[in-house]
Amino acid sequence: MTEKHHIQKEPLVRMAKREGLSQGKKWAIRLGAIVLALAVGSLFIAVLGHNPIAVYRDILSGSLGGASARRATIRVAIPLLGAALAIAPAFKMKFWNIGAEGQIMMGGIAATYFALFWYDKLPKPALLLVMAVASIVAGGIWGLIPAFFKARWGTNETLFTLMLNYIALGIESYLQNGPWKDPKGTGFPIIAMFDQNARLPKVFGVHIGWIIVLALTIGMFVYMKYSKHGYEIAVVGESQRTARYAGMNVAKIIMRTMALSGAIAGLMGFLVVSGADYTLNTGTSGGVGFTAIIVAWLAQLNPFAMVLIAGLLAVLTKGSNTIQTNFKIPASAADVLSSIILFFMLGCEFFINYRLIFRGSKHNQVPTTAGTQEKKEGEDHE
Amino acid sequence: MQPVNAVELRNVTKTFGSVVANNNVSLEIRKGEILSLLGENGSGKTTLMNMLAGIYFPDSGQILVDGEEVAIRSPKDSFDLKIGMIHQHFKLVDVFTAAENIVLGLKEKGKFDRKAISQQIRDISAKYGFDLDPDRKIYDMAVSEKQTVEIIKVLYRGADILILDEPTAVLTPQETEKLFSVLRNMKADGKSIVIITHKLNEVMAISDRVAVLRKGEYIATVETKDTNPQALTDMMVGRAVTLNIDRPLPEDPKDRLEVKGLTCLDDQGVKVLSNVSFTARGGEILGVAGIAGSGQRELCEAIAGLYPVSQGEILYHSRVDDEIDSLVGKSPMEIRDLGISLAFVPEDRLGMGLVGSMGMTGNMMLKSYDKGGHFFTDTKPPKTLAQEIKDKLEVVTPSINTPVRKLSGGNVQKVLVGREIASAPAVLMAAYPVRGLDINSSYTIYRLLNEQKAKGVAVIYVGEDLDVLLELCDRILVLCGGQVSGIADGRTVTKEEVGLMMTHIGEEGSHD
Repeated sequence: MTEKHHIQKEPLVRMAKREGLSQGKKWAIRLGAIVLALAVGSLFIAVLGHNPIAVYRDILSGSLGGASARRATIRVAIPLLGAALAIAPAFKMKFWNIGAEGQIMMGGIAATYFALFWYDKLPKPALLLVMAVASIVAGGIWGLIPAFFKARWGTNETLFTLMLNYIALGIESYLQNGPWKDPKGTGFPIIAMFDQNARLPKVFGVHIGWIIVLALTIGMFVYMKYSKHGYEIAVVGESQRTARYAGMNVAKIIMRTMALSGAIAGLMGFLVVSGADYTLNTGTSGGVGFTAIIVAWLAQLNPFAMVLIAGLLAVLTKGSNTIQTNFKIPASAADVLSSIILFFMLGCEFFINYRLIFRGSKHNQVPTTAGTQEKKEGEDHE
Repeated sequence: MQPVNAVELRNVTKTFGSVVANNNVSLEIRKGEILSLLGENGSGKTTLMNMLAGIYFPDSGQILVDGEEVAIRSPKDSFDLKIGMIHQHFKLVDVFTAAENIVLGLKEKGKFDRKAISQQIRDISAKYGFDLDPDRKIYDMAVSEKQTVEIIKVLYRGADILILDEPTAVLTPQETEKLFSVLRNMKADGKSIVIITHKLNEVMAISDRVAVLRKGEYIATVETKDTNPQALTDMMVGRAVTLNIDRPLPEDPKDRLEVKGLTCLDDQGVKVLSNVSFTARGGEILGVAGIAGSGQRELCEAIAGLYPVSQGEILYHSRVDDEIDSLVGKSPMEIRDLGISLAFVPEDRLGMGLVGSMGMTGNMMLKSYDKGGHFFTDTKPPKTLAQEIKDKLEVVTPSINTPVRKLSGGNVQKVLVGREIASAPAVLMAAYPVRGLDINSSYTIYRLLNEQKAKGVAVIYVGEDLDVLLELCDRILVLCGGQVSGIADGRTVTKEEVGLMMTHIGEEGSHD
């Protein structure tokens, strides 16, 4: 047996699933991940030639120190939270809507139409209401299109929603460079700033959108947990066959849920153009639709957890703007820093679900007693 | 002379998370023997053998091949040690020929000589009594032929130790007999064969020794000639069990469901059901037998309104008055409201009818969530029902809110069947309700079905195990390729007769 010598050793590293980790331990792992992320980030900052502690301090002070910084951070968090809430029901249904970006843009475009051409025809409340409804309808349609094709012909929703993002962006570019170009823009292809009539009012210094997204948070929680629709979404997400067996109209549920998802994302487009930017441009959605996926995922689709995560990401975003100016760190470097933190946060979920076993380690022993196996799946006891 | 062990497992343990699949198992496989590895579902038989096949790596313990300790880290290591495993789910490329599948993945130098390979395959076939054309494509083959390809694949690689995982699950009684004769030929040639099974009659028929596992623990190995089915069952279950299924005579059977000339096409336009006609009567159990994929699922789904009917009639005779309703064209909800209930247990148990991530309460709602209220779900009635079913059927679960996927197979199926029965159906279709269940849970399900029969419900039982069908059902409808090949009296028909009907369309019985 000549081949014997190379099959003598056990593998160097193996993975094993772990279950029943206590909540405390899970959070300890997550906390450890953040500490580790900060440590790696420090190294990176040091290589750039700055003092890590000073940089971290400025991230915090730039985003949370002072009222105006806090308001700016909240402005960043609003569409992020809203888009995450929009994605949640779709993801719960295992419909991978990565088109929030385009749905936001379409909502923004629809709202902008009324802001540009109807501002002098309607009183302010009516105008804002019309803009909101228009953005909801436009976003809803943009969400409905891939759902319709998925329900009818089983098209791949990931690609479909992704492609629609570019179409939405293309429509915006066309409008900005053509029909909606500001004649007073001295040749620059930009869209005019909105009239005061088309701007959202402020509450405590931040546009009213923050109240809207907080209301949506509660609404989405109730919708997913206690409504018949929420129940249907959960069943379809788990197994379409089961849903069919229960007599549910799966196609209808997919389309309805995606229309809702798109509608909420569209509304975020309205909040951005009418509350924060007062105009429409190619950066209106600005990657929010993608970052929202991270928010929704890290929050495990729990709306209340999304508030926290969106807040945290907003702090990172706003803080990295500050360090760009304070330390002359390039924007890309600031992005690397926040990406490192995100990477560790996402990566630690692996260690929560699995453990690694190294060759010859002591962990090879059975970790449990026979008693605990009684309740577990796959066993056939009575 | 003491027989030499081909393989020896010493104190092997394998865990998945907190589930102990194998705990300290020691086992010997001798040269030139057929060893049955017996145990209920989830007892760890397949996991144990997968460690020989290089799919899993043991957490602890030793594996010895030919008396030398080895570490099997991949299927390739396993091949190198002349171990070959035939898995329950075949791993073949459909558009390749048998020969191409057999040599797939081998790294031999020189040019690809189809003729020589085909000749070698023919030689192996002739030697052990297989019947296989090396140049046929897999998609043209029946299940039993695909299995032959899998077996030759490991023989071609020079395996001396063959492990077969539930090889007879997909075979008719006749095909099983043929497989057994091949296995005997291989044994005569000096090969060691392990067959994983939970069917006692097969254990008695084929093996030299029987090793029994229970809940991941090794119980014992006995010589087949010194044991009997009852003793083996007791070892497998851990206590004495009776192996008889009740079959009371039907009381006053009344026609309840009448299917006439039912024809269904799949999305490719192929007939999956062709001119199926039968009557199900209240107060009796009608069995449906057939090789897997002969139209059983489509039949159930068509009756439940889930599969489009292209021709024929399905008539439902009401229990209360003599009204006759046609089910074709009605929505699944309408059919359910008439009192026709379908409990279908798929291979993965959860894929149809249950939502794994929800608790019992959430699952009770599945077919009634739409009732009452407007926008919000009403969780009170399902909660009460879940509690009732938990108590009555002794479902073992920490709470009615524990996700059902965390329950054992038996308990999952009790939840499913319990919910269907709770809807007080007039027709109860139970498709594979004991699939993957241990003996005890299976008998609980049979008892539940018999209770429904006594209540005058028309029970349609779609089953895999012919022995059970023959013991439980009053009449047996046999499907073959989407057609009815006969309806037999469950009390008089023999297993061989049903087996024959499963593969041939007979003249008698199929009434138009």
